[in-house]
Amino acid sequence: MSKRVLMQGNEACVKGALKAGMRFFAGYPITPSTEIAEGCAVLLPKMGGKFIQMEDEIASMAAVIGASVTGTKAMTATSGPGFSLKQENIGYASVAEIPCVIVNVQRSGPSTGLPTSSSQGDVMQSRWGTHGDHPIIVLSPSSVSETYYLAIRAFNLSEKYMTPVIFLMDEMIGHLRETVEIDDEVEIIDRKQPDAPEDKYEAYKAEDNLVPVLPVFGSGHYYNITGLTHDTWGFPTNNRKTADQLNNRLMDKIEKNRRDIEAWDEYLTDDAEILIVAYGGSARVGEAAVDMLREKGIKAGMYRPVTIWPMAETRLKELATQCGKILVIEHNHGQYVHEVERVAGDKARIEFIGRINGSYILPEEVAEKAEEM
Amino acid sequence: MPGRLIEREMRTENLPHIWCPGCSHGSVMRALCQAIENAGLDRKNTIIVSGIGCSSRAVGYLNFDTIHTTHGRALAFATGIKLARPDLHVIVLTGDGDISAIGGNHLIHACRRNIGITCIVLNNNIYGMTGGQYSPTTPSGDYATTAPYGNIDRDFDIPLLAKSAGATFTARVTAYGIPEAIRVMEKAINHKGFSLIDVASICPSYYGRKNKKGDAVRMLQWQKENSVPVRAAEKMSPEELKGKIITGIFNDEQYPEYTDEYEKIIEKAGGR
Repeated sequence: MSKRVLMQGNEACVKGALKAGMRFFAGYPITPSTEIAEGCAVLLPKMGGKFIQMEDEIASMAAVIGASVTGTKAMTATSGPGFSLKQENIGYASVAEIPCVIVNVQRSGPSTGLPTSSSQGDVMQSRWGTHGDHPIIVLSPSSVSETYYLAIRAFNLSEKYMTPVIFLMDEMIGHLRETVEIDDEVEIIDRKQPDAPEDKYEAYKAEDNLVPVLPVFGSGHYYNITGLTHDTWGFPTNNRKTADQLNNRLMDKIEKNRRDIEAWDEYLTDDAEILIVAYGGSARVGEAAVDMLREKGIKAGMYRPVTIWPMAETRLKELATQCGKILVIEHNHGQYVHEVERVAGDKARIEFIGRINGSYILPEEVAEKAEEM
Repeated sequence: MPGRLIEREMRTENLPHIWCPGCSHGSVMRALCQAIENAGLDRKNTIIVSGIGCSSRAVGYLNFDTIHTTHGRALAFATGIKLARPDLHVIVLTGDGDISAIGGNHLIHACRRNIGITCIVLNNNIYGMTGGQYSPTTPSGDYATTAPYGNIDRDFDIPLLAKSAGATFTARVTAYGIPEAIRVMEKAINHKGFSLIDVASICPSYYGRKNKKGDAVRMLQWQKENSVPVRAAEKMSPEELKGKIITGIFNDEQYPEYTDEYEKIIEKAGGR
């Protein structure tokens, strides 16, 4: 069964999250993500779920982690300044391996910036915003429909890999209205649980896929969760060997499972001789530019990372070799372009178009630059 | 050999604890275990949450589902736990810096919501873990490594702050008066709504040493000599109460509890 519904990007995020099983939302009002909190306030209690407007962004991130340790799928949503404030507890969720989804509907920064204008300025922050080396998964939707389905996948990945997932939207997609074909048959992944309560449970002894099975609180396992570097029992340690094992397992947990996590999309790449790389809102610009270039007989195509981190690097390398020319477009001063250079810099000439005044790059600009290349 | 209470309630394999000789956190932790038993809490449904600092390390020794969170945020984590699973008993262990400086905002809002959490503040008037810096409860004029010429800040009365913010149960006990601490903790655990107990604790290593308060025995002796029960304090002048520790239950009121109220929202929305 499926039905067609017209909705806004932020609304699609809420609907997708609910479909995934989200039953707890804690947030704080901030433009341009507020519709997500408002939607959750209306819809969660209808499904027996919980919504709370916390005293600040830090508290809402903390409450989300608290809810998640009880086994409740939990989400928060924010924008620019709020994303900065959430960083400490995002790091906590990462090292303590507590699943949760953090939506950032990006707005133009730095600081209070241009609150109602779109941006992709938080891309590097979504990867490295919290202190210390840590694993993270970042997803970026580029349509309202994709927002719905990718929100579901954000929860699935979070529960499967016991990690926070950053759902990196931008104002362009958050406030866009498009039709979503809602399919009831979607895969929902729930958190793995140990079979029976054990008096002493080695909670952080990971399975073969490097993911631990953490019992939900209140299930009689009596274990400890901490943001301190900990042993496999969850207790703090200063032991270098144990620290090495924990920190490397955390990084490897995503790295060694990246083939399962990675997602990307391609547009007219089969015969492409110039490759546009864009994600989220800027991919809408990129797609229009490809069409313009094709009309002029230029064989352009687009590679769009859907998982910003980890990036599907192998495919980008192949396309870079095929095309020899890459044009990266982002609504920032040049952030992900450095990732593209790292991955494909030895295989293609890489150029960049950015924008940091709150307006959008126009497809014409992209086409013109591509023609020059 | 640990006592039977300790064997029942603590992770004895993690003992001895990390606290300095003379620190009162160990006896307060033991008092909490006794209060939990006296209140008849089911271990499976009891969650202990802490922040960061000396006091917050207690969770590593307590044999429950325990979560050691980020600095100042224990109450915000606890709010998520309690709202997601209102049937759980949620106890927060925190210190004066954790709860009233970096976590001050979360404290007043947890009080305002009257959410069913028991918050135990191990208040030793200093940041111990970092080596003796002044906290919001370091008395004016006292010394700390960051107040080498004397503290010019005014100090918080944490239960008064909590009561003003809407906490429906507030109290103060001392590390000297452990039997009373157990009784009051049991009452706080059984209280419907947000309860806060300020436990006047001692830090001989930093606060005591910086302020020439003597050793642990002398500091506990001082608590004994300077504690005034709240009933007696009501009849004393501000001058007479200067430098005294006012102990006992300051308020114990009935007001709708937050997660109960949210259940009504769910009913109103048709979610039940």
